Amino acid sequence: MKPAPFQYLCPRSVDEAVDQLARHGDDAKVLAGGQSLVPLMNMRLARPRVIIDINRIDALGYLHDDHGVLHVGALTRQRAAERSPLVAARCPLLRDALRLVGHVQIRTRGTIGGSLAHADPAAELTAIFAALDGEITARSARGTRVIAAPDLFVSYLTTSLDPRELLVEVRIPALPPDAGWSWMEIARRHGDFALAGVGVVLAGRRGVIAEARIGLVGVGPTPVRAARAERMLNGQAPSEALWAEAADAVRAAVTPDGDIHASAEYRKHVSGVLAQRALREAYSRARMAA
Amino acid sequence: MAVHPITLRVNGREYSGQAEARKTLADFIREDCGLTGTHLGCEHGVCGACTILMDGEAVRSCLLFAVQAEGADLKTVEGLADGDRLHPIQQAYWDHHALQCGFCTPGFLMTTVAFLRDNPRPTEREIREGLAGNLCRCTGYQNIVEAVAAAAEALASGAIAQAAAPHGVVPRAAVPAPLPPARAAAAVDGIVRRARRRRKAVAVKKTSKRQRKRSR
Repeated sequence: MKPAPFQYLCPRSVDEAVDQLARHGDDAKVLAGGQSLVPLMNMRLARPRVIIDINRIDALGYLHDDHGVLHVGALTRQRAAERSPLVAARCPLLRDALRLVGHVQIRTRGTIGGSLAHADPAAELTAIFAALDGEITARSARGTRVIAAPDLFVSYLTTSLDPRELLVEVRIPALPPDAGWSWMEIARRHGDFALAGVGVVLAGRRGVIAEARIGLVGVGPTPVRAARAERMLNGQAPSEALWAEAADAVRAAVTPDGDIHASAEYRKHVSGVLAQRALREAYSRARMAA
Repeated sequence: MAVHPITLRVNGREYSGQAEARKTLADFIREDCGLTGTHLGCEHGVCGACTILMDGEAVRSCLLFAVQAEGADLKTVEGLADGDRLHPIQQAYWDHHALQCGFCTPGFLMTTVAFLRDNPRPTEREIREGLAGNLCRCTGYQNIVEAVAAAAEALASGAIAQAAAPHGVVPRAAVPAPLPPARAAAAVDGIVRRARRRRKAVAVKKTSKRQRKRSR
């Protein structure tokens, strides 16, 4: 359980990190919080020749809000975002989901950018990022690139980031002020990876849903945006029958794999159940009367 | 492979050493600092036995490389007690029989230190969630949960002292709950005798304070 030897680089600036990535490319791994990478290295499932530790790039740790969009430095710790009054005010869905990311000892190190770059399809952040139409900024020696949520996730633990690119910023649109939200997931134990999880946002006016967002984790090789269910909800008056209908559309949208933890059938079933509960809770929090 | 010079502080004392980049912080603490109170269970971030405080935050020391902790301020289980005087959280674990084999205990203690600092009046559910990142194969957790609840009360009674101390360092004024009499009577080894003596001393101090107040 000891990692294989590697060369350790510790850049102090994004420019320096990007230079090192350009030089070492495929042989290098970026070390952010290390809560996924280091276990893989300890078990020697990953044996990078070069580690580029970005933890001392202070410029990558920030959280601010600009015209209704949360700007989150890639190195911002999950625990910091979870406890941020700004996140609580502008995107309580993110706060609620962060509370279920691993354990507190994971979140004190784990980063927002690292979770997205690692792209574990059971990671809560990926679904929120997808459901809210987030985007990231990546830097490389060639320049800067913006990648929108639908283009980021490719497959299990695979993103469209180039090995020479560094994820530097995550942007997540804030929720509309009157929107309701809900994060629901099923895990065997508190802090375990979710067998299935769903994030919902509902906003509307005069008792009619104007905007529904539904993102899921744990039910496929990438996070899933339930677009058909969202379209079905838009323009409708909330009701139990509508939630049930949307839940069926969510089930139809996911193609989970079965594994030792849960069968594919169970995951499919439970994603609908969770979506229905989440819609109910989101509606109870939404202010849609006016 | 290159060897990196590393200087860091553990429990207020400076340690210097050299390590390959691949050496985990947990191994550095145990092998280079000689502080073997920090235990390694799974070495891949699941069991929580290696939990320490780094710059005040609870972290898994098996998922950090020692070279990453260069210049950091660490706290391990060895930094909790004040000589023979147990930290109120340690005392509460003891009083509530919150350990059997004790292997997981250093990690639980350090998790509890950070947890109670961030949430000094937790509910039982919050305690269970707060401890969820630490595994114990002996106790069934019930006694640990009770110990943390008791520790919260003990620390709250010494809250002023705690607020003045960084990272929940031993508040000397905090008086832990007394041992249940049956358990106290059954316990005979040296450490228990020391604990009893300490309680007696505390009790004497308390009484004399009260007497002083009355005489005023």
